Amino acid sequence: MAAALRIAGLKKSFGGLPAIADVTLEVAEGERRLIIGPNGAGKTTLFNLLTGDLSRDAGSIALFGEEVARLSTWRRCHRGLARTYQIITLFPKDTLEHNVALSLLGLSRRRWSMFGRLPASFYADAREVLARVGLEKVASRPIAEVAYGEKRRVEIAMALAQKPRVLLLDEPLAGLSREERGQLKSLIAAIPRETTVVMIEHDMDTALDLADRITVLHYGRVIVEGTRSEVVADPKTREVYLGH
Amino acid sequence: MKTPLAVIVLAALLPLLAGEYYINLASQIVIFAVFAASINLLLGYGGLATLGHAAYLGVAAYLSAFLYLKLQLAHWAIAPLALIGTTLMAGVFGLVALRATGLGFLMLTLALSQVLWGTAYRWVAVTDGDNGLRGLARPMPFGINMNEAMPFYYFVLVIGVFAIWMMARFVSSPFGATLRGTRDQPRRMSALGYDVWLIRWITFIYAGFWGAVSGLLFVYYHKYIHPVSLSLANSAEGLLAVIAGGSGTLAGPIVGAAIVLLLKNWASAYIERWNMLLGFVFVFIVVLMPEGVVPGVKRLWQRRSASRG
Repeated sequence: MAAALRIAGLKKSFGGLPAIADVTLEVAEGERRLIIGPNGAGKTTLFNLLTGDLSRDAGSIALFGEEVARLSTWRRCHRGLARTYQIITLFPKDTLEHNVALSLLGLSRRRWSMFGRLPASFYADAREVLARVGLEKVASRPIAEVAYGEKRRVEIAMALAQKPRVLLLDEPLAGLSREERGQLKSLIAAIPRETTVVMIEHDMDTALDLADRITVLHYGRVIVEGTRSEVVADPKTREVYLGH
Repeated sequence: MKTPLAVIVLAALLPLLAGEYYINLASQIVIFAVFAASINLLLGYGGLATLGHAAYLGVAAYLSAFLYLKLQLAHWAIAPLALIGTTLMAGVFGLVALRATGLGFLMLTLALSQVLWGTAYRWVAVTDGDNGLRGLARPMPFGINMNEAMPFYYFVLVIGVFAIWMMARFVSSPFGATLRGTRDQPRRMSALGYDVWLIRWITFIYAGFWGAVSGLLFVYYHKYIHPVSLSLANSAEGLLAVIAGGSGTLAGPIVGAAIVLLLKNWASAYIERWNMLLGFVFVFIVVLMPEGVVPGVKRLWQRRSASRG
């Protein structure tokens, strides 16, 4: 069976400075993979390369066996790749349900309809997705009027609405209170196994319990990979995080 | 729905209340409103500021005048040819201009239109250079004599209302929602499965088409076309009308077009340096209502209602 995601020899430099020096990794279908590493490890750059927001210098990216490295971002999305952003990038003047409806529309042929109206079914489906993340009561409020934690959940709702095969979560727990973190972690844990989840976290302890396997990235290279206990026990992990 | 209908009814009643001068002025406002509304598709809904939109107005007008005067074709054949030709040109220009966004896009649209402006001045065999093409007659649909101010005004009004209705439908469609998305969060839109470039290109062509429609009406009105219609000043005036009226709103370009033309026509009758006055008015609008007159008045009205309530 083809891996959900297979990355081989991936490289990316900015002005001669390697952000991704050489990354090779494989994520199995249905797996929950956590990618951790200190600031500047290249975690978000890796995501940007996977989605096509950045073009690679070298290497290959295969999604369920299909090479996608040359495809544009929107084509990768149509192949089943969805992501959330570390810095929230929603449509602040629009309502929550419109944000999610836009996400649903992105994979529909209706997006090319130039003279009709957006069918009400899109909003009904959007409200259903928002109910899954506990936001049905604020569905008709503009994004600008809801709290930061709720925006984080809208980010995830937009990604889930597309029923992705691979979901990339870029620090979904960043900036949240302990209570909100707990809620969001439950939400991530409830994502069905048909969706492979790759999650970035800066803080090692925050999301360890969500992952099947963990990859530690440092200076754009994979330095440790394994199960939770393997990674925690590895002296290289301690060296990266504690400096000794 | 009530306000647009009321405006259309008022506009339709205008010839019964006003003299020929004002009817002609109203025709010019409608034509300019179509032009400004087509710029608004790019600027207001797509976030793409253009300084070259006069290219579509001018080329459609030149094509129409050339085919009529030099090849002596009939208007019914000329209009679709001019529209198709100009729209195809918009498609090609879009391929070039949309290599960039922001300031790069602005400069590319300006450069492309300046090429046409220069060509119109220099290609005397086709354009008659600085003399312009003159002697064009207005079309006579169903045998109606359009040389009178009133029938021509109704002709312009029908086409103008249709054009703005078509643009309103476009922006309120699912495609329009995606266009606004590319304006606000292009990167996010790509990640959601949208081909941002293609959305912008289609909009560019659609805006070019309606720019061409305004060009046909323009040349029918003036029965004359000069290189100045392709100039930066003409593009900038359209852009200013959109900004003054309120970009990203349906009524904004119409109000902006009315402001620009009323100021030009009235002020130029009394003040020699009317351009200066126009400049002051724009500065006043931008300072007082940076979002434009239509959203600005709406905001002030809501504030007033809130303070009363």
